[in-house]
Amino acid sequence: MNDLTALAPHGVSAQSEQGHHPHPDYVAHHFDSAEQQFDAGKLGVWVFLVTEILFFSGLFCAYAVYRGNHPEVFVYAHHFLDKNLGALNTAVLIFSSLTMALAVRAAQLEQRRALIAFLLVTLLCAFVFLGVKYVEYRQKWEHGLLWAGRYHATGQESNHGPEAASADRGAAVAAGPRAGETTPAVPPELPPEATASEDAPRLVGVFFSIYFAMTGLHALHVIGGIGAVTWILARAVRGDFNRFYFGPVDYVGLYWHLVDLVWIFLFPLLYLIH
Amino acid sequence: MKTAESGRQEGFGHVVPLGTLLAVFAALIVLTGITVAATWVDLGSANLFIAMGIAAVKATLVALYFMHLRYDHPFNALIFVVGLLFLTLFLGLTLLDTRQYQPEIQAAVENPV
Repeated sequence: MNDLTALAPHGVSAQSEQGHHPHPDYVAHHFDSAEQQFDAGKLGVWVFLVTEILFFSGLFCAYAVYRGNHPEVFVYAHHFLDKNLGALNTAVLIFSSLTMALAVRAAQLEQRRALIAFLLVTLLCAFVFLGVKYVEYRQKWEHGLLWAGRYHATGQESNHGPEAASADRGAAVAAGPRAGETTPAVPPELPPEATASEDAPRLVGVFFSIYFAMTGLHALHVIGGIGAVTWILARAVRGDFNRFYFGPVDYVGLYWHLVDLVWIFLFPLLYLIH
Repeated sequence: MKTAESGRQEGFGHVVPLGTLLAVFAALIVLTGITVAATWVDLGSANLFIAMGIAAVKATLVALYFMHLRYDHPFNALIFVVGLLFLTLFLGLTLLDTRQYQPEIQAAVENPV
């Protein structure tokens, strides 16, 4: 297992053969073998992933505390989220996880062209995900569905002028949205249970604070993933990887799957509240 | 353990079979569909637990197969599980007493200083 230089034709450098500790180019000098190097890197990535889980858990905790205390706010506010777009993004992200796993497989089997193709598809999915996210954020921005303090639902200001809007807003605070002209433009029809509590309209901004913080932090991770996959793609094009050195592909893959994992929980928690 | 794709010396690490990856992907998509469909039925508070249960199953599939934990050194899985343990501790301890403060918060909201 350690006798890699005997079996690996890949890039055994001239000077390392002269040294007393010969090793291929892709094995750092302080490792015994390519496998030890791979295992050490993977251990480090798993520790990093745990810190990521705990990083996100702060936001999940905020979510749990607010939903535990104000469940009606979450029931009310989730009607403003587009379930279909959320489901679409879930499918896109799961598919990109598949292509990432296939990329790791291609790297292990030294299928360079397949590796490059799968990484490109993964990148494409990441951009589709962000594009859908942009559409969603933009809809919320246009309708004033913003975080606490900046929340000013809804579209009626443009329809009725500022006076009607402030009157509507007062009415909304007092009684919640009603059917008819004072109903927010998005969503067009709020179900009756949405008006169940006076607490709901008052605290919707808090829901959107949590929504933007959670999906925003997740989107930042997707952007970070785009950077990481691009780096792997460039190295794959350069031909850095072989069956003894595919660690970086695997590490970026693990990170990408974690981003997928977080979304698997975010989607039902934010979009599918019942 | 090895899938011999060529007569050459095999690398280390486990190569997940193509069929397994595709099957896991199909399962994840089906489970996503079930999660969405489950919201059409009103089961009261059970809806949340069903949604979280399905999400947990999906997460397990991703971790075991896409993230190789099933084939990996158990130590990596141990690190992951310990992380989840601390997550549970964090959420659990916070949620223990969070409702206790609600009367005071409500009073402050109704009678601002």
